Amino acid sequence: MTFNRVLTLIGLAILIALPTFIPPYFLHLVIQILLWAFIYTAWALMGRFGFVSFGHGAFMGIGAYVPALLWNYYDLTPWIGIPLSLGISVLLAIIIGYPCFRLKVVGHYFALVTLALSQVVLLSLVAARDVTGGSLGFTQKTVGHSWYALQFPDKGYFYGIAVVLWLIGLLAWQRIDHGISREALEAISEDEDAAAAVGINVLREKLRVTVISAALTALGGAIYGQYIMYLNPETVSGIAVSLQIVFASIAGGVYSLLGPTVGSLLTLSLTEGLRVWFGANFIGAANTIYGILLVLCIIFMPQGIVGTIEGIKARRRRMAKPSAAPSNVRT
Amino acid sequence: MLVVERLCKRFGGFLAVNQVSFELRQGEILGLIGPNGSGKSTTFNLIAGNLRPSSGSIRLEGKEIAGLPAHQICHNGIGRTFQIPRPFRKLSLIENVTLAAYYGQSGAISRAEAYRRAAEALDMVGLPSDESTRTEGLGAAALKKLELARALATKPRLLLADESLGGLDRTEMERAADLLGSIRSKMGITIIWVEHIMGVLMRVVDRVIVLDHGEKIFEGAPAQAAVDPRVTEVYLGKPRA
Repeated sequence: MTFNRVLTLIGLAILIALPTFIPPYFLHLVIQILLWAFIYTAWALMGRFGFVSFGHGAFMGIGAYVPALLWNYYDLTPWIGIPLSLGISVLLAIIIGYPCFRLKVVGHYFALVTLALSQVVLLSLVAARDVTGGSLGFTQKTVGHSWYALQFPDKGYFYGIAVVLWLIGLLAWQRIDHGISREALEAISEDEDAAAAVGINVLREKLRVTVISAALTALGGAIYGQYIMYLNPETVSGIAVSLQIVFASIAGGVYSLLGPTVGSLLTLSLTEGLRVWFGANFIGAANTIYGILLVLCIIFMPQGIVGTIEGIKARRRRMAKPSAAPSNVRT
Repeated sequence: MLVVERLCKRFGGFLAVNQVSFELRQGEILGLIGPNGSGKSTTFNLIAGNLRPSSGSIRLEGKEIAGLPAHQICHNGIGRTFQIPRPFRKLSLIENVTLAAYYGQSGAISRAEAYRRAAEALDMVGLPSDESTRTEGLGAAALKKLELARALATKPRLLLADESLGGLDRTEMERAADLLGSIRSKMGITIIWVEHIMGVLMRVVDRVIVLDHGEKIFEGAPAQAAVDPRVTEVYLGKPRA
């Protein structure tokens, strides 16, 4: 058994045992870290290939609101509401993605289109105030412990769901990373014409990863909505949420499996730590420090925290074994 | 094998390719030459699917391919290289070519088989097929070879070679020309070779087409092209009266 496998098993054992020895407040934080880590990983599936979407707040909002509204108004179980919200998110991803990818809308322009999508969904949620509660938000009907309603007063259940979800995110990331799709998407991100010339269906590959990313983000939003029970457009959708997803993923490292998770751990710990530290004093200072630290992190560690650590490790390995350096041909 | 009929490409008010027609026979090497701005690269991009024709027809073994997207053109058996090499820098040499071998066959082969074919293509052009060789630091000639290996890995029946001699010294040019000749003789691949350096090209091609201002002004044997007054005029200018 390799050292990494042993570490993984120890990590999983700690994860399983965690709810038994940490106080409820910290369990609540861990659940949030895992759920956001899942969403950040979902974003990184496409973000790592340079398809920078500022529209994931839209998918998260749809994921959170659709099952909650269907439950509140029609008593429809989230077991049906969540797949429906995923379907709507996928449809929206195709409606936005297809023309963008077909017309080669890339880079900043793609970011702007998706940014608009985020805001459209947020404004729609606010505008439909009779149904959604508008900017005041709304609370889901509670029924106590129920698998049918996917509601659990005991945080342990949501902790279990969050762990499974997080592992699904990591699995999806690894499936793409280890498949030939990863190489195709790398090629597309560098040069779409050259990729098409070797037979890669650029449109299909980009749509595929966008749809997977959107669906997983919506799933994360849905579970997050089920967990917090109170939904507000500003906290589950819109530009602020999209920016949070992008910045936290990049800060952690979009090119590494655990980068988005570290991003989630860092941002949530920072937010909570600063909030507790400042309390009611210096209103806004916590957010300012949080913003400055994130900016510094992104400027000085463009590969993210995990990416930077991996880079240092790789450099050390190369220095230790100079013969292992990649060879090059100069003909 | 390939029939191009009355091909036109218009960019706004500018007619880049005007009523160009020609046929290509199986196993032939056709040189497509002309001065800068003559329309040869546009013609090439129309055949490869990087541009859509304004009008006209392109048939590959009887099948109309004009206007198909580039990846479908590739699946139909046309491989291409680029004038300025466009390697995928984040990937190693073998990954660059494996990708072409895999997707060139629409993913119908296994990754292992694609890898094997990629190694073959790299061997064919004389590049290493180990996993560690990256594209950084490759010289002009090696990058041109990589372009060629990537195109060959898609198993084309027709290869479109875009200025394969650009940026090479005399010896490298001769080697590149020989390589194209051996691709035809060993693999039976038909080739259209776009070039503006005429000397080496004339030694290898069976036939040349000369374009000027988007129109075909000559079609025939290389030796005839060298003495044709219209061809010498577009390259050297009109003789003084």
